[in-house]
Amino acid sequence: MLIPHPLLGLRDAQEFTYLGDASLLNRPDGMAEGADRAFFDYAYLRDNPAGVHRELWFHEQGDRSWLVVTRDTTTHEILGAELARDVALKGGARWPGCPAA
Amino acid sequence: MRFSAFKVVAEALTGHKGWGPLWRNPEPKPEYDYIIIGGGGHGLSTAYYLSNTFRQARIAVLERGWLGQGNIGRNTTIIRSNYLLPGNEPFYELSMKLWEGLEQAFNFNAMVSQRGIVNLIHSDGQRDAYRRRGNAMLLAGADAELLSREQVRGMCPFLNFDNARFPIKGGLMQRRAGTARHDGVAWGYARGADQKGVDLIQNCEVTGFRIENGRVLGVETSRGYIGARKVGVAVAGMSGKVMGMAGMRLPIESHVLQAFVSEGLKPVIPGVITFGAGHFYVSQSDKGGLVFGGDIDGYNSYAQRGNLPVIEDVAESGMALMPMIGRARLLRTWGGIMDMSMDGTPIIDRTPIEGLYLNAGWCYGGFKATPGLGLLLRASAGDRHAA
Repeated sequence: MLIPHPLLGLRDAQEFTYLGDASLLNRPDGMAEGADRAFFDYAYLRDNPAGVHRELWFHEQGDRSWLVVTRDTTTHEILGAELARDVALKGGARWPGCPAA
Repeated sequence: MRFSAFKVVAEALTGHKGWGPLWRNPEPKPEYDYIIIGGGGHGLSTAYYLSNTFRQARIAVLERGWLGQGNIGRNTTIIRSNYLLPGNEPFYELSMKLWEGLEQAFNFNAMVSQRGIVNLIHSDGQRDAYRRRGNAMLLAGADAELLSREQVRGMCPFLNFDNARFPIKGGLMQRRAGTARHDGVAWGYARGADQKGVDLIQNCEVTGFRIENGRVLGVETSRGYIGARKVGVAVAGMSGKVMGMAGMRLPIESHVLQAFVSEGLKPVIPGVITFGAGHFYVSQSDKGGLVFGGDIDGYNSYAQRGNLPVIEDVAESGMALMPMIGRARLLRTWGGIMDMSMDGTPIIDRTPIEGLYLNAGWCYGGFKATPGLGLLLRASAGDRHAA
């Protein structure tokens, strides 16, 4: 698989390590009501779709940036990649304590 | 029909006209006591043990494609009970004992071959860990034996004992472990269940559950609605998708695990060998092919095929362990979809929905568990049977 890195162009997937579903960017607020339940969902439960999947890849053997890659899990076709930072700043992420973007 | 030597001779003399299909191909009935979703190893073994315990129960197995199309026919056929932890080892040993009597029980040749498994030791720390594991196995009633380097060399002189990074210092042996013909296991259970009246319904995809007041009433399928008192789900790889139809999210990701077989070679590998340094395991089939595998590819996948980097990685592990493997040609590679649970532990349980039972999350270790799992799922779903 080749991942179209937004800064570096097509890079071999072997340069990356895989973390999982991109919803991991949305870490629950530990101070909020029902945080234990929210963290259980966050840590363990997954949608695990057969089809288009947004997922986190880390360019460990490269520029060490985190990417959100969109990939079809039934064909391994890669449909796009963005910097995870950009995704988070666009408002996808809700890091407690982070200034609102 | 019962298979026996007498039957083989009788059929040979009469032109092999009396064999017939191994199971019926029935139409689904409108209602069953038990429906098992998934006609793989786990589903069929559950149906087999259910039907042997509750003779009057009406049982059906619903399979999206054909029986045994999934991981039961895609694994590397290893059976063993060499685990450490208290919850694990007794379960796998129960399964191992069932393997030993399996072929007599369901009257089918599953080619269970107790040719032994050796986990190789590469460091003093690993020897300590394996000694502890061996003792845990003995405590659970299994067999275990710590082998010296020379004993391993006597069995497997072809291994690279003096690899600079991972020299072989010994091994943990379980002689009762071995291999079984994976398709034969599925067919044996299917035939055994069918003979007890279980309807094995193929080409019948479940498209939804009918759930009212927190209780499952039946399943919607591509061949119409089928009612059920209890529904068991054993659909490794697709667990998230099927349970999603019941409104449940699971702690499971689907990953692809590849397996490999070489061209047929003369007998060279005495049993199953696992490389404790890399993640590599190898055995030799009765046909002569070296059957081996390694790590999962490591990203979510439903594709039933993997990518080249893992093939290269597994081949490198093989070369490090037994350099002679470099002369063998790879014949086939394939992939199966694993239910990877978040903590590596399987789920065999009832669900918040009454009457709905789940068996999932076996990661890449479900095959050896097939008989014991069937027995357990029967126990969890069946003990309150009132038919």
